[in-house]
Amino acid sequence: MGFFGKIFSALKKTKDKISEKLSALFSGRRIDDEFFDELEEILISSDISVTTSMEIVDELRERVKRDRISENEGVVAALKEILTQTLEKAEPLEIQTPAVIMVVGVNGVGKTTTIGKLAAMLASGRKSVTIAAADTFRAAASDQLTVWANRADVKIIKSSEGSDPSAVVFDALTSAKAKKTDYTIIDTAGRLHVKSNLMEELKKMSRVVEREYPEANFYKLIVLDATTGQNAVNQIEFFDEAIGIDGIVLTKLDGTAKGGFVVSMCGELEIPVVYVGTGEKLDDISPFDKDEFVEGLF
Amino acid sequence: MAVFSGLSEKLNHIFAKMTKRGKLDEYEIKQAMREVRIALLEADVNIGVAKQFINSVSEKALGQDILKSLSPAQQVIKIVNEELTALMGSTNSKLETSSSPTVIMMCGLQGAGKTTLCGKLAVYLKKQNKKTLLIAGDVYRPAAINQLKVVGEKAGCEVFDMGQGNPVEIARKGAERARSFGFDYAIIDTAGRLHIDDTLMTELEDIKKAVNPAEILLTVDSMTGQDAVNVADTFNKRLDVTGVVLTKLDGDTRGGACLSIKAVTGKPIKFSSVGEKLTDLEPFYPDRMASRILGMGDVLTLIEKAEQSISEEQMKKIEKKFKENSFTLDDYLEQFDALKNMGDIKDILGMLPGVGNKIKLDNAQVDEKAVERMKAIILSMTPKERRNPAILNASRKQRISKGSGTTVQEVNQLIKKFEMSKQMMKNMKGQRSFRF
Ligand SMILES: Nc1nc2c(ncn2[C@@H]2O[C@H](COP(=O)(O)OP(=O)(O)O)[C@@H](O)[C@H]2O)c(=O)[nH]1
Ligand SMILES: [Mg+2]
Repeated sequence: MGFFGKIFSALKKTKDKISEKLSALFSGRRIDDEFFDELEEILISSDISVTTSMEIVDELRERVKRDRISENEGVVAALKEILTQTLEKAEPLEIQTPAVIMVVGVNGVGKTTTIGKLAAMLASGRKSVTIAAADTFRAAASDQLTVWANRADVKIIKSSEGSDPSAVVFDALTSAKAKKTDYTIIDTAGRLHVKSNLMEELKKMSRVVEREYPEANFYKLIVLDATTGQNAVNQIEFFDEAIGIDGIVLTKLDGTAKGGFVVSMCGELEIPVVYVGTGEKLDDISPFDKDEFVEGLF
Repeated sequence: MAVFSGLSEKLNHIFAKMTKRGKLDEYEIKQAMREVRIALLEADVNIGVAKQFINSVSEKALGQDILKSLSPAQQVIKIVNEELTALMGSTNSKLETSSSPTVIMMCGLQGAGKTTLCGKLAVYLKKQNKKTLLIAGDVYRPAAINQLKVVGEKAGCEVFDMGQGNPVEIARKGAERARSFGFDYAIIDTAGRLHIDDTLMTELEDIKKAVNPAEILLTVDSMTGQDAVNVADTFNKRLDVTGVVLTKLDGDTRGGACLSIKAVTGKPIKFSSVGEKLTDLEPFYPDRMASRILGMGDVLTLIEKAEQSISEEQMKKIEKKFKENSFTLDDYLEQFDALKNMGDIKDILGMLPGVGNKIKLDNAQVDEKAVERMKAIILSMTPKERRNPAILNASRKQRISKGSGTTVQEVNQLIKKFEMSKQMMKNMKGQRSFRF
């Protein structure tokens, strides 16, 4: 058990926040190559992708040299600035009505819950909202969404379990067009991005929206769980390739993970984070604030 | 066939510059271990765990003789792989049992896959002729009870619920019911919760006190990142869990979280959940997981298989032929047979790093029948034709197609393929196949 014992004490010393790790790193340390190597690991340990972490460190190295930064505060400030600028690479998403919002993602990330919260938020501005229960696969999925529709006090269109999700989308769009609904939000079944047949199903649903309601602004949002690690990048890449992703909803930020991977997504894929989820209650959703996010990481 | 994964390629590069042969020395090990560390981090292994692991592996590797049969890179990978496997524990942990009913309690974060897992375990136990009662203890998430009911129905077992009552009461009453009605197992579904939610964590402790479960299974999403240590550590400290189940392993995550979890809890990983069907539950295989974490698919198994089916000698012979440009259709035929010996093509492709994800396996099916037809074509040729396909004129082709029960078009295709692979192999000259 020697190994576990060692691990245990090592972990006790590990602090969660970048700032704590940084101050440990800074204490009595020259800003040299080894310093940057460790900094890179600190970034990776907040779930920022390995590639992005390397890029950020390279950029920081440049700035430290260029601006002759020598003390901790200067490095921290420069690092925060680089992170914020990376997040700014993605153009913020403005959702215009009439809007159709399709919500996608892997299993259990919080799609249905997010839709409940989002519906309530959008409806509170005296706008009409309809939700389409197009997760016809998971057991009791439409019951779950119905509870949320009631909480948010919005209309829901649903069908029986096992029916064609595209048909539900079709019905919801028909209703939205007739009633001039401002926001139509489509819940979809969770699917692992590597399952090509399920991704085809998503493409089909997406085509139905484009064909049946071309006047609407069609947004495709991916929900990502903040606890996810490096796989988050694969998730978004596959979904983006299949249907084109317009924005990210980052959920479960009320936990201890901070979702550092979105830095890569904004930086490399230029896909913006639109909303964040911070709990299981109806109002636990807010628009993404990049400065707040960077502070949260530190 | 020369498929290299990122890590092995990097290690090869490092050891290419190796000066002293024969022993692994400190400088090279340090270089190699940096690459291993990055591979671990990319796989979501916690940074503290990764560092500790590297230290202990470096000690082991230092001064080790390099086995004759392996390159230094292979040797390092072998050590790392063995250590990883050993760390993740022995294969195939079984479920604990107690006097009936054996109570199993679920716990974990939101969305980890607990409810589905309840159904999967019920199906797994049913195969052993055990009768299971599912207890609906998630009273918080909308429609969670309904979900368990549907799952229970699919699994063919009874579900006990008391609506949105008190979860501790529900667990107690459910376990009582299982006892009085002679169920072998009672599985308690619980609501997902954050490890930092003190009220809800206390609730789990109360459920544990009330029903004294033989198993407390921590369900963890295999895509979890660095935070896995915090989650697992807290759940384990508060509940003293008995085992871990990894879910959603049918994705392309490298799954390093499981190493972190094992390291902080020391508890066995009992099952892997690999799909949405209730039968998609497998025992946990530490060796497979090790290569997955290193990003090598099942490359080690593949190498083993490859070595079994194509002997080193055979490989050398083929290489030599390429160099001399004397590779013939006879050799081509031999390759088909070797390929067949390796087993199902799809399995093999699945073992290769990267292939499982990027190239969609569904489309990568090699038609065994087509291979048979190609073999038949070659077998219908005369030795002379096999040595020198250039002499194949129209009438010869017609004869071959008749003899092999194929069409002239297929014969032409085969020749084309043969020429193409000859060309390809020529371009790869210098690179050694089956080396990584
Ligand atoms: N703590 C927390 N839990 C969340 C959040 N969003 C969703 N959840 C929970 O995560 C679990 C899965 O959510 P669900 O909406 O069913 O996910 P879906 O499968 O993607 O539709 C549920 O237990 C939700 O209550 C969040 O922002 N914070
Ligand atoms: Mg859902």
